[in-house]
Amino acid sequence: MTGWGDRLRGRIVVAVPYLWLMLLFMVPFGIVLKISLSDYAVSIPPYTPTLDPSAGWSGFQDFLGELDFENFVWLTQDALYWKAYLSSLKIAVISTALTLLVGYPIAYGMANAPDEWRPTLMMLVILPFWTSFLIRVYAWMGILSQEGFLNQFLMWTGLTAEPLTILNTNTAVYIGIVYTYLPFMILPIYATLEKLDASLLEAAADLGCTRVQAFWLVTAPLSKSGVIAGCFLVFIPAIGEFVIPSLLGGSRTLMIGKVLWEEFFSNRDWPVASAVAVILLMILVIPIILFQRNEQKQREAEQ
Amino acid sequence: MAQSVFAPWADPNEKPLIQFRNVTKRFGDFTAIDDLTLDIFRREFFALLGPSGCGKTTLMRMLAGFEAPTEGTITLDGKDISPVPPHKREVNMMFQSYALFPHLTVYDNIAFGLKRSDMSRDEIAARVEQMLKMVQLQKFARRKPHQISGGQRQRVALARSLAKAPKLLLLDEPLGALDRKLREETQFELMDIQEKTGTTFVIVTHDQEEAMTVASRVAVMDHGKVIQVDTPDRIYETPNCVYVADFIGDVNLIEGNAYPAGDDRVSIEWAEGQPGIIATPAGAVEAGARITFAIRPEKVAICRDRPEDLPNAVRGRILDIAYLGNISTYHVALPSGHVIKAQTANDRRIARRSFTWEDEVWLGWTATAGVVLTQ
Ligand SMILES: Nc1ncnc2c1ncn2[C@@H]1O[C@H](COP(=O)(O)OP(=O)(O)OP(=O)(O)O)[C@@H](O)[C@H]1O
Ligand SMILES: [Mg+2]
Repeated sequence: MTGWGDRLRGRIVVAVPYLWLMLLFMVPFGIVLKISLSDYAVSIPPYTPTLDPSAGWSGFQDFLGELDFENFVWLTQDALYWKAYLSSLKIAVISTALTLLVGYPIAYGMANAPDEWRPTLMMLVILPFWTSFLIRVYAWMGILSQEGFLNQFLMWTGLTAEPLTILNTNTAVYIGIVYTYLPFMILPIYATLEKLDASLLEAAADLGCTRVQAFWLVTAPLSKSGVIAGCFLVFIPAIGEFVIPSLLGGSRTLMIGKVLWEEFFSNRDWPVASAVAVILLMILVIPIILFQRNEQKQREAEQ
Repeated sequence: MAQSVFAPWADPNEKPLIQFRNVTKRFGDFTAIDDLTLDIFRREFFALLGPSGCGKTTLMRMLAGFEAPTEGTITLDGKDISPVPPHKREVNMMFQSYALFPHLTVYDNIAFGLKRSDMSRDEIAARVEQMLKMVQLQKFARRKPHQISGGQRQRVALARSLAKAPKLLLLDEPLGALDRKLREETQFELMDIQEKTGTTFVIVTHDQEEAMTVASRVAVMDHGKVIQVDTPDRIYETPNCVYVADFIGDVNLIEGNAYPAGDDRVSIEWAEGQPGIIATPAGAVEAGARITFAIRPEKVAICRDRPEDLPNAVRGRILDIAYLGNISTYHVALPSGHVIKAQTANDRRIARRSFTWEDEVWLGWTATAGVVLTQ
């Protein structure tokens, strides 16, 4: 018999993550949503209306009456915004694909490395996290700039006569995103590849597969969930990325994260910035749900 | 039409399909296969028997191409197979761990090897259906391996390895997880396939009865060595050493010293005050040599009065009776302290059984009932 205390304890355990989500996601989201429905004002805070609890029920009704979708309408009217969304989407998709292209072979190599090497390799993948993200992005500025290490090296080898312009282009943004998010791609893929039963590849070989065929018929499908997880873990933060495009990208690099930052801090237009954030979140909800479904499916398959 | 006995191993002109020549396999400093020499002939149903860890799977993996011998050569059809990669070998293996592809359905698992061949789609479909029918899994064709039971998985693995009808089939404990009835049916199927296709089977089993039923020859292994290779009946009736006698079936082992007793017979001195056991050794035995006399319980007769017609008769008291349904095993304690097992068929109802606990009985056997083992 499960006692009353057990059931209570079970409920509390379940409640903790919900409480967490409530406090750190739903409440801030509610606030942002509310601001996005407000109007710009030269005041502190820089929007109206603000909720005045002392005004009572009629005050609350007035408050609701003043909220509107003006800012969202504005987002559709100025081409800047949807261009920024589309451009972010494009940059995120391309850099996710590039990260996969770089990350999969690394994860594959790690999973097939001798046992005693694996902890070291894992360490090397995680090691960059020990320095600040910002410092690492600045370091790339040093590498990619006109007089940077990369150009010095290329000219020293004689591959190019003139220094290449990489910094402040989209190429630099791709390099930055691939570099930054690589571990998020490698780790889930590595986790699935490491679990892969070597006898499955033997069985495939036994049934007439070459190594390449065995890879595509067995290894690739069985690491699919890791690939999907990795792609989402890169894609979701990349789409809203702000630091990398603003430090490595040029003036023509259009990303929604940058637009958001400018609305907030340069224009001080909190309501429009909030509307941008709400739309971004709504765009991201789709891949997040797909990601959750993938995780769920994988858990079920493992049972 | 005279039916010739299938015994290619006895024919010096017959070329073996598989030859192990002084094959040794080491993992680090552990020797899994130790200087093994073995011939397996075409169309044989060759069973490997031995305790866990004796190297049966390792032997199979060398045939399939997943391990290379550390020393020695393995030839298939007279050709050294060591340079041939697994996917080019006309060998299919059923893995002890099944190794089913978890992302594919039962159907696709079975079709996997066929799709690598040049069969047409219809031929593949027909072949898979045939395999599914054989292992009685038609209803489960669309399931994934994690959605079926252990025994069903084993059958999928079996079907997958059989589907390509290879020259040589390696089955690593193919029927262990099946219930008795299904196991017997599948054994029959395997023998049938073997008869029809002429495939050579190498099968690992822990079930001696299974080995006895299906095998043309049995190899008993221990610590990476083959101890004896012979037909099932000869393995059972004339084991070449104590290890094999003890490993296969039930046996009474009595140690003693053998002395010539005329007529190719020996008399074995085995206990103070007991008459010597009269036995017929297979080869010459030195006078006074330390030997082990091995006799199967079913060859020991149990009776109330001294059996006058038998050269060997000892008296003892029934210690224990193991009732196994069709047969009973009597454990009889002799005054010397030895316990000898005697088996009789239960052709009467239990209430009418002639002996019970503590009864004084006589045990007797003929001069050729047991074997004299010198090692
Ligand atoms: N890759 C390996 N590395 C080290 N030792 C191994 C390896 N493969 C097998 N062995 C050892 O070789 C010995 C023989 O193993 P094998 O798998 O052939 O046994 P087996 O006869 O099939 O046993 P079982 O009946 O339990 O399946 C075992 O002691 C095992 O520990
Ligand atoms: Mg084994």
